[in-house]
Amino acid sequence: MRNYILRRLLVAIPSLLIASLIVFTLPRLIPGDVVQLMLQEKAYGKDLEDLRAKLGLNRPIYVQYGEWLLAVGGGHLGESLWTRQPVLAELTRRLPVTATLGGMALGVAILIGIPVGVVAAVRPDGPLDFFARSVAILGLSIPGFVTAILVTLLPAIWWGWTPRTRFVEFSADPAAYVLQFVLPAVILGIASAAGIMRLTRGMLLEVLRQDYVRTAWAKGLRERIVVLKHALKNALIPVMTVLGLQVAAIASGAVIVEWIFGIPGMGQFLVDAIVQRDYPVIQGINLVIVTIIVVTNLTVDLIYAVLDPRIRY
Amino acid sequence: MMNSVQTLSVPERLPRAWRLPALARTLLRFGRRKPLGAIGGVIVLALLVMAIFADRIAPYAYDQSIPAARTKPPSAQFWMGTDNLSRDVWSRVVYGARISVTVGFATVALATLMAATVGVSSAYLGGVYDIVVQRVVDAWMSFPALVVILSLMAALGPGLPNLIFALSILGAATASRVIRGSTLSVMANPYVEAARALGAGHVRIVTVYVLPNVMATIIILSTIGLGTVILAESALSFLGFGIPPPYPSWGAMLSGSGRSFIYHAPWMALFPSAAISLAVFGFNMLGDALRDVLDPRLRGSGRSSS
Repeated sequence: MRNYILRRLLVAIPSLLIASLIVFTLPRLIPGDVVQLMLQEKAYGKDLEDLRAKLGLNRPIYVQYGEWLLAVGGGHLGESLWTRQPVLAELTRRLPVTATLGGMALGVAILIGIPVGVVAAVRPDGPLDFFARSVAILGLSIPGFVTAILVTLLPAIWWGWTPRTRFVEFSADPAAYVLQFVLPAVILGIASAAGIMRLTRGMLLEVLRQDYVRTAWAKGLRERIVVLKHALKNALIPVMTVLGLQVAAIASGAVIVEWIFGIPGMGQFLVDAIVQRDYPVIQGINLVIVTIIVVTNLTVDLIYAVLDPRIRY
Repeated sequence: MMNSVQTLSVPERLPRAWRLPALARTLLRFGRRKPLGAIGGVIVLALLVMAIFADRIAPYAYDQSIPAARTKPPSAQFWMGTDNLSRDVWSRVVYGARISVTVGFATVALATLMAATVGVSSAYLGGVYDIVVQRVVDAWMSFPALVVILSLMAALGPGLPNLIFALSILGAATASRVIRGSTLSVMANPYVEAARALGAGHVRIVTVYVLPNVMATIIILSTIGLGTVILAESALSFLGFGIPPPYPSWGAMLSGSGRSFIYHAPWMALFPSAAISLAVFGFNMLGDALRDVLDPRLRGSGRSSS
């Protein structure tokens, strides 16, 4: 067990390093020069060189990478080329916003996906199963931004109601802060819920066919105990893995949902930074997101080993 | 008595019972076993027809302004209404199918090629090469899809070829992992060992013994990938990083003008929304059904949704 954890940790390190290299080089491939963009047409050769030197963009790229990596190790993510604000400060302001949104979306996905999956599997091919599967297929096919538009559009046409778009800070009104995430989180969580529901249903159906479940029935246990205590525990192991993958899917979806609902989180920050070619900001956001996802996958793998005693590496 | 029997002469050739051609029979059986898959197939077929014959089906050009027809609601003349630039929404939806289909098929073709090359070589060669390649794939896969594509699109600039390239790099990573696994299991078969014992070279083993047996996996991955790619294209165009206007991508029709006129002319947003959802639904259903029929082992393998 300890060996497995150690080996899994060792594998995560090169993954993170390669990811950091991708994070670092990707924004630098962006054509057009941030220096030219900043100085507009007023720039002459000398000014361009001066600004480049000031921003440290004139040194070889591997030197820049090495310095960046050292700085990141020390907790410095650099500062925005445009606003001169430290990237880390801006990220710590925006990360909780996206984390609230993503966490609530994941909650929605689990709270809908797992119970509905269980109910559908207990009576396969019944009316509820058929209904749940049809809705799940719809949920997977309709993209989040289409749902978001329909949700804002239809009530407006029918009842003249529009969702509020002004963002409320947590410090101003904690209740309103949480409430404003409900609609975006449900929209974001629906697609994940559909995937989780389908997987839970499939896995539970498989487990319910196993011999030990038949033994449990034969002992005369009630259905609730057999399904929830004996079967569900084992059916949920693969669902755990997919939950880890859903974190990445939700991070992607958050970019769009934040953009539609005007939520000042990481996604909006990223889109703005890409438009402005703000390298340190793009790198900082990507690095934070990737680290979160690598750590999530690592945690999922470790929990997996704890949950399933058959896994011995 | 004898005579009457003799008059019933057996014709030289008995009339054969009328049978459907083999392909039609296969399709019919598929439809009966997988009704949802068949519906998906019909949607995909309709989409293909729309894309190929867009200039015949659409009553107007996608960028044609029709005089005195600004934001008109759906009518007999304009089935889906007109937009704020007096263009026929139905015509634009039809031309939009061309974009979705082009991006979808080109991306999947390119992604499959890359994924098969990386996946098969990684499994076949093994060793240090495999370890290094798999770590890069790991790193690549730990990025959220949209974040990678956005960064890539920013790096490459907008336009159709760049969009296809960016989307296919992303799809290739995940697919290569599945193809690698499939190749590993094929290579464990005795016939591969036998071929090697008979002195077959690497090229021969890969092309004659490994690739044909991995083909089912590759075909299924491609079909399921199509829906995902179409979804990703519309999401990118929605954010303004896809195909630049005036070319009508469904995603782009929802953002920009579609969004600002949404309350005044809801048909501008509703019909492209329906088109995206139907197309993705069609490819998903067809892919699911194909997977169940061709390779039941892959059932329940993940499809990411963004």
